[in-house]
Amino acid sequence: MTVTDNPVASFHDNDQHPVGFGRMLRKEDPRLIRGKGNFVDDVQLPGMLHLAILRSPYAHAKILGIDVSAAQAHPNVVAVITGADLAEQGLAWMPTLSNDVQAVLATDKVRFQHQEVAFVVAEDRYSARDALELIVVDYEPIDPVMDVRKALEPDAPVIRDDLDGKTDNHCFDWETGDAAATDAAFAKADVVVTEDIVYPRVHPAPMETCGAVANVDQISGQLTLWCTSQAPHAHRTVYALVAGLPEHKIRVIAPDIGGGFGNKVPIYPGYVCAIVASLVIGKPVKWMEDRTENLVSTGFARDYVMRGEIAATSDGKILAVRTNVLADHGAFNGTAAPVKYPAGFFGVFTGSYDLEAAYCNMTAVYTNKAPGGVAYACSFRITEAVYLVERIVDCLAHELDMDPAELRIKNFIQPDQFPYTTKTGWVYDSGNYEPAMRKAMDMIGYDELRREQAEKRERGELMGIGIAFFTEAVGAGPRKDMDILGLGMADGCELRMHPTGKGVLRLSVKTQGQGHETTFAQIVSEELGIPPEDLEVVHGDTDNTPFGLGTYGSRSTPVSGAAAALVARKVRDKAQIIASGMLEVSVADLEWMKGSFQVKGDPEKSVTIQDIAMKAHGAGDLPEGVEGGLEAQICYNPENLTYPFGAYICVVDIDPGTAHVTVRRFVAVDDCGTQINPMIIEGQVHGGLTDGVGMALMEIIEFDELGNCLGGSFMDYLIPTALEVPDWETGHTVTPSPHHPIGAKGIGESATVGSPPAVVNAVIDALKPFGVRHADMPLTPSRVWETMQGNHTPPI
Amino acid sequence: MQVPAPFEYERATSVDHAIALLERLGSEARLVAGGHSLLPMMKLRFATPEYLIDINDLHDELGYIRVEGDEFRIGAMTRHRELLESDELAAAFPIFRDAEKVIADPVVRNRGTLGGSLCQADPAEDLSAVCTTLDASCVIRSSDGERVLTMHEFHRGPYETAVEDAQMLTEIRIPIRPNGSSAYEKVERRAGDWAIVSAGAAVWMDGETISDARVGLAAVGPNTTGIGAISEALRGQVPTEELYATAGGLAAEASRPSADSRGTEAYKRHLADELTRRALRRSVARITGTNGQEA
Amino acid sequence: MQVTMTVNGEEVTKEIEGRLLLVHFIRDHLGLTGTHWGCDTSNCGTCVVLMDDEPVKSCTVLAAMAGGRQVRTVEGLEVDGVLDPVQEGFMQCHGLQCGFCTPGMMLTARALLDDNPDPTEHEIREAISGQICRCTGYSTIVRSVQWAANAESESPVTVGGAS
Repeated sequence: MTVTDNPVASFHDNDQHPVGFGRMLRKEDPRLIRGKGNFVDDVQLPGMLHLAILRSPYAHAKILGIDVSAAQAHPNVVAVITGADLAEQGLAWMPTLSNDVQAVLATDKVRFQHQEVAFVVAEDRYSARDALELIVVDYEPIDPVMDVRKALEPDAPVIRDDLDGKTDNHCFDWETGDAAATDAAFAKADVVVTEDIVYPRVHPAPMETCGAVANVDQISGQLTLWCTSQAPHAHRTVYALVAGLPEHKIRVIAPDIGGGFGNKVPIYPGYVCAIVASLVIGKPVKWMEDRTENLVSTGFARDYVMRGEIAATSDGKILAVRTNVLADHGAFNGTAAPVKYPAGFFGVFTGSYDLEAAYCNMTAVYTNKAPGGVAYACSFRITEAVYLVERIVDCLAHELDMDPAELRIKNFIQPDQFPYTTKTGWVYDSGNYEPAMRKAMDMIGYDELRREQAEKRERGELMGIGIAFFTEAVGAGPRKDMDILGLGMADGCELRMHPTGKGVLRLSVKTQGQGHETTFAQIVSEELGIPPEDLEVVHGDTDNTPFGLGTYGSRSTPVSGAAAALVARKVRDKAQIIASGMLEVSVADLEWMKGSFQVKGDPEKSVTIQDIAMKAHGAGDLPEGVEGGLEAQICYNPENLTYPFGAYICVVDIDPGTAHVTVRRFVAVDDCGTQINPMIIEGQVHGGLTDGVGMALMEIIEFDELGNCLGGSFMDYLIPTALEVPDWETGHTVTPSPHHPIGAKGIGESATVGSPPAVVNAVIDALKPFGVRHADMPLTPSRVWETMQGNHTPPI
Repeated sequence: MQVPAPFEYERATSVDHAIALLERLGSEARLVAGGHSLLPMMKLRFATPEYLIDINDLHDELGYIRVEGDEFRIGAMTRHRELLESDELAAAFPIFRDAEKVIADPVVRNRGTLGGSLCQADPAEDLSAVCTTLDASCVIRSSDGERVLTMHEFHRGPYETAVEDAQMLTEIRIPIRPNGSSAYEKVERRAGDWAIVSAGAAVWMDGETISDARVGLAAVGPNTTGIGAISEALRGQVPTEELYATAGGLAAEASRPSADSRGTEAYKRHLADELTRRALRRSVARITGTNGQEA
Repeated sequence: MQVTMTVNGEEVTKEIEGRLLLVHFIRDHLGLTGTHWGCDTSNCGTCVVLMDDEPVKSCTVLAAMAGGRQVRTVEGLEVDGVLDPVQEGFMQCHGLQCGFCTPGMMLTARALLDDNPDPTEHEIREAISGQICRCTGYSTIVRSVQWAANAESESPVTVGGAS
């Protein structure tokens, strides 16, 4: 190992109690390592019932009838509800986050395999499951539309005949960039490379599946919903809009969440079913998915069929990138992205390069697959964008016979070009790409690896070195551009100091493992100079936190992190006025000493923030016009996204006899601007790198022609174990964001975005002796071997 | 999470008790040992027995690895972990340790048993391939007594064995022959997955020449199968890369794989060839003390 | 039917259905919700507990099958207010994020260190290879187990809760 950023030895003598930024052990951990977390399935209420959902065995079928009598007769069953029952209440359909509708329970027909058809509420979870076997549904199968390329053929069965006047499977068209300018750039190019690139459907598969406990108080009408939600406030408002429940009577609590990765952003039919059941029955109702339900019905990711084109001069100056995308959105458009961005932030497909022109044209279609699309730490489709550009740049390097690192460096946006407006209109806030790239190359010993590779090729051994350089766009987002279902993407934050100088910080965002309770305490600690352990972070409960849009798209630090810093500054500003009264000097004569105000030039005269907090609540007069107490609130509207970036290098070895790929090393140099807690940042990166190995080598949600999902359990949906991944080597550079109050950028999804192309590029590099320029994920042994034989086929 | 359908639980205290329970409860009764194949099937409701007879208390009676005369006798309740950790077994048949290292995962190996693995009769199951390779025989007991079957007789088809109602597999017997060794090769999509293809080989030598050899493959047809033609082609020959290639070719020819998400037919046939060569090469190297790496 | 077993050192007897899975017995009948579950097919290892000191997937063991045996869950790692070095290691080395797989990982680590006090990195990876973590990428879990191994070798007397 060449990196010593976080050697084991350093854990004994690290500073575990910093004031402000730095490595700090997590405030979440003491409960979690004792098994004392409180996850949704841990919630037990008196009289609680259990809900189980009957799902369709068909991908596309008319429902002719449902007989629930046998299920209802089961001694432990309390209720059996069908789509027809919900339709009577006007609850059979619900809006998706993309202004489409989705069936809560199917009424007319089922549109994907495992779609929700009916539910049972029983006294225990075993009986609920048993009763599903007793429901008889009469289906009339319809040909399913499973091949995205055939979805728009004139004779394709129409999936969304629930929509007025719908006569085809077209979902939407979208374009960005300048088609004419791009054509012109291509026309003058010396080299044009075209490649068909598929990013297959994958699934976030957090270890905790989705679930909810709904409890409607029969007297007050108050609904309390414990729910696996990454966005409790947004969920509450949507329930108010869908079910017509008064919003002040809804309390959404997202307790400890066992991983989200985007899977827990949408509202699923199961949540609505639990709410309806509790409303109807008058008792608390729990619904927890099993693993198959999670994999086959909840928010999938990707499913983009892309044609990438790149134009360059013969000496490797990239002129333009063009792409045409066919997007499979499944049976309902459940994309969780800002409404003006139906393709998410795919528009950043121009990558980290200074181009003359770029253009993308996209067609999205409905198929008989589960809905979703934006999930799995994708930063609103930046995974797809970065994969496209980093793959096509490697294809160009292949054609030009140029080193892929040098080709990238030659085309980077230069430091003096920031803020940089891309040809698709994104304003990159800050960047300094070449030092990150060089650092990664130094860490991994790039030149030495190329020499080793050359020697191995002589011997017929297959070794590959893959590079990816990415720029992310995270922290949605400015409310002039970005909203979800009309809700602006700004975040509230409240800070209240207690008289003794301790404080409580209330966040709208919600950790699913990212460590908000620690990171956000550190942000306020940095601003107020008090120990992070003196700050309690409250989050995940809509009754006790200000409104905000939630944690996804790496937005917590860029948006709520800024809010936390600014709310602390508001408190500090008020504290300064109180201090001026305490020290009997003017506000301007005070200087902030990270924890205390001191009279300029007189270190003997100072008051601590704790003294000030007591004064704010204590006896005696305050300066004129100052109210008592020391607290503030804010709603932060970001002026721009933040643009973290990184340089990743992966080394793989392929067994020439079996085509089995081993990831030998992986170096990740990330730049997320100012670092708040390097330990947590490193952890975020490690997890994302593992995702990348998974997607590149093994993860896929496949379907057969009949619409059967082939990846419906962890026997078939393979996630890397400790044996498939190397000991991660990480480094960083620091290029602060100019518009974020502390210069921080998001980091949660960088590695998931950046690592798949690094792994794939490494495999393709290893296969260079076979003349291979591209192969699609997942690069299973069989797919690699077939590629070596010249028989590569796309996975979909 | 998924849960099994209702059943009656019985716990057997001895082999005789287990057989008596099977006789009394009839064809709707199933034995459960480690449970790592049966219980997931029951949770998914692909299996819905009315009675489940827990035989874990039979570990004292059926959990053993011992030499009797000219054969190894391994009790059906011997757990994967015990097979992996047995130095005696590894010394005689290194194929066992090769295979056990890559069967499921260490936690599953704490529970899963030899008997359970063989009775599952999954065409991709590793220990069946190992036992086939070693020409093992299976002891099936009923109240009428014992019968001893070859692996070929034991596995009647995919997921189907010669164990009938009120019978149970109690022991595996493996003949010990001098101057031999063995090896196992498996390719999987990920640690803990079933084999894409795996190959076991056992070789016995007489001086410079192969006196006998056996190859058993998993995941290339309806059953894990020994390939007689390979044995015939290898007997009396001096081991060379050409000979391994011949054997590999015969393995590929004998394979009847089907395409699935683990791989294409062509790839699996290729693996049958490649892994047969590797397993033979390593077996011979273990006898001759060379390193067994490809030339 | 009735089942009796010892859980974290205490004997418990309950009336149960024969089909009750051990994970549900622990969570729902004993209220020990530190044991989680993540799949239906014994692939993810989230539900690992120790049975007679060996890690087992409690979603694939019937509660009835655990009758007469010793079960240890995450709640039994801390003894008399002293954290097990494995728990301490996971905190020190950021071996957890969402904390969902963590109880199972820690119990497997405990069993590994009881068998092999000085495991190599590969031995640690092998030991936890039947358990999936979606957050950490495993490196910090490996470091956590190494931290515990070091702590135990430095001060074997103070090790809390090693069985």
